[in-house]
Amino acid sequence: MNLYQEIILEHAKRPHHAGLRDPFDAQVHHINPTCGDEVTLRVHLVGEDGSAMITDLSYDAVGCSISIASTSVLADEVIGHSVEDALTSFSAMRRMLTSKGLDPGDEDEIGDGVAFVGVSKYPARIKCALLGWSAFTDALAQAGVDITRYAVRSNTVTRNTPEIT
Amino acid sequence: MPDAALSRAFTAAESAAIRGDFAILSRTVRGGKPLVYLDSGATSHKPRQVLDAERAFYEQHNSAVHRGAHQLAEEATDAYESARATVARFIGAQTEEVVFTKNATEGLNLVAYAFSNAAAAGAMDGVDARVAARFALGVGDEIVITEMEHHANLVPWQELARRTGATLRWIGITDDGRLELDDLDTVITDRTKIVAFTHVSNVLGTINPVAAIVDRARAVGALTVMDACQSVPHLAVDVVDLGVDFLAFSGHKMFGPMGIGVLWGRYELLKAMPPFLTGGSMIEVVHMEGSTYAAPPQRFEAGVPMAAQAVGLAAACDYLSALGMPRVTAHEHALTEALLAGLAQRPWVRVIGPADGKDRGGAVAFAVDGVHPHDVGQILDDSGVAVRTGHHCAWPLHRRMNLTATTRASFAAYNTVAEVDALLMALDRVPAVFGVAV
Repeated sequence: MNLYQEIILEHAKRPHHAGLRDPFDAQVHHINPTCGDEVTLRVHLVGEDGSAMITDLSYDAVGCSISIASTSVLADEVIGHSVEDALTSFSAMRRMLTSKGLDPGDEDEIGDGVAFVGVSKYPARIKCALLGWSAFTDALAQAGVDITRYAVRSNTVTRNTPEIT
Repeated sequence: MPDAALSRAFTAAESAAIRGDFAILSRTVRGGKPLVYLDSGATSHKPRQVLDAERAFYEQHNSAVHRGAHQLAEEATDAYESARATVARFIGAQTEEVVFTKNATEGLNLVAYAFSNAAAAGAMDGVDARVAARFALGVGDEIVITEMEHHANLVPWQELARRTGATLRWIGITDDGRLELDDLDTVITDRTKIVAFTHVSNVLGTINPVAAIVDRARAVGALTVMDACQSVPHLAVDVVDLGVDFLAFSGHKMFGPMGIGVLWGRYELLKAMPPFLTGGSMIEVVHMEGSTYAAPPQRFEAGVPMAAQAVGLAAACDYLSALGMPRVTAHEHALTEALLAGLAQRPWVRVIGPADGKDRGGAVAFAVDGVHPHDVGQILDDSGVAVRTGHHCAWPLHRRMNLTATTRASFAAYNTVAEVDALLMALDRVPAVFGVAV
């Protein structure tokens, strides 16, 4: 199976930028109701709206290797980048994950995120890979960014999805 | 057959014959690997006999039950009511005590709503005052559940407590996954009106001490509601022997179709209960100003019922009866013992629930040190082994065990020891993939 690429396992074992830090502008808590995985995530922005710079993204996550690693990659990809660039990365990541294997992902846009291409063939795991990223877009919105301007829809936000028996 | 033969595991030849009835078991998954299906606790597969019964209903008798004057309507009604009788026999019940629901969840909600609906003006008119009093629930009254309940036997009682002002209390569980029986006398008190508990835990596999719980509930005059989803498919269940007041189970976990479940209740209680869902079929007389309702079980079966599923469920009961429930139990017990023994040899695996097979059903949940259950399940799936991962709709139970999730294997009559071995072999791949020392 090509799901667990070495780079994913590395991120899962030693997640980058992990831990909750101050200062921050918004903090969100997202869960995956099917498995109980959770992430608490903070963003700190300098500047206004799209051109604002993400100076920090910190998180505390409990979850499977896919969700932990994906959140680690998220931090790598967005810290030190503008909100606009970060949301472009989000869209690219989501496009790849929901492509059923057709979109190999672009390393320029999502960095180590391309290692998650195998996830797109396992629909049950897409939510795992998007948990941190969905929390991130929610945190941006709560920090006052108008994320709708960047064609980010909340259909991947797991927080309010119904329980699955 | 001598008695011993009635309660032993299936022979290899018998197992092969059983597996032959389930077409899906011969398919492959994940690039040609034989399917090893160990997720029957979530839903079981359906034998040809059940599918044939449904098909025959649709091809020969399909019509709306309890309506119409034509021959097909008669046949469909007869098929539906005969199915009710078969299901009733299977659990030792009277036919009119069996209510068909869409699943066990609906059955449990039906009972929960009877309590809050009973408070409406006129809802209990004409009901014997002594019986009506048992459904009166309000501030100061208590509902008792257990910490090992599936959400289906937990959330409806939380909601009932919220609607009525009653208090929800629960019996705790021990570290090895049994009920804290010391809690029985302190948690179940004169204030208790309802005791709702699972017969067999869908996570821990624990078979609960029904007699002790029922005795205590009776002593304080509380009604008992049993979630039998994980027992009816695996153990001989007799509602009279159990002594509970209500019992709910689903069809799809016992080789029956999806979309049908059963609520059994003592007739005296069903007769006193106000309806849950209302509409066609469940009425006696309807006027613009108001209506009166049919006697149970029709009172609780609003709308055109799921006749084909009822016929399929009856076929599933017949199938299990033909296998012999004591043999089903013995067979699954042997598989459970084999799995527990195999897991015990792997110190990096921790079983959540009773470590031995005593008073234990065939749901075996476990944690692999340092590896998330989703990742464990993914590796097993890659070997063709289907298990459940997550909290299995028992989140408070997992929290009690200091876990967010577990991996769960669960058995049905069609599983084999070879499949237990396949699970263990696949499991042995897990530490290496995730770099966990063993």
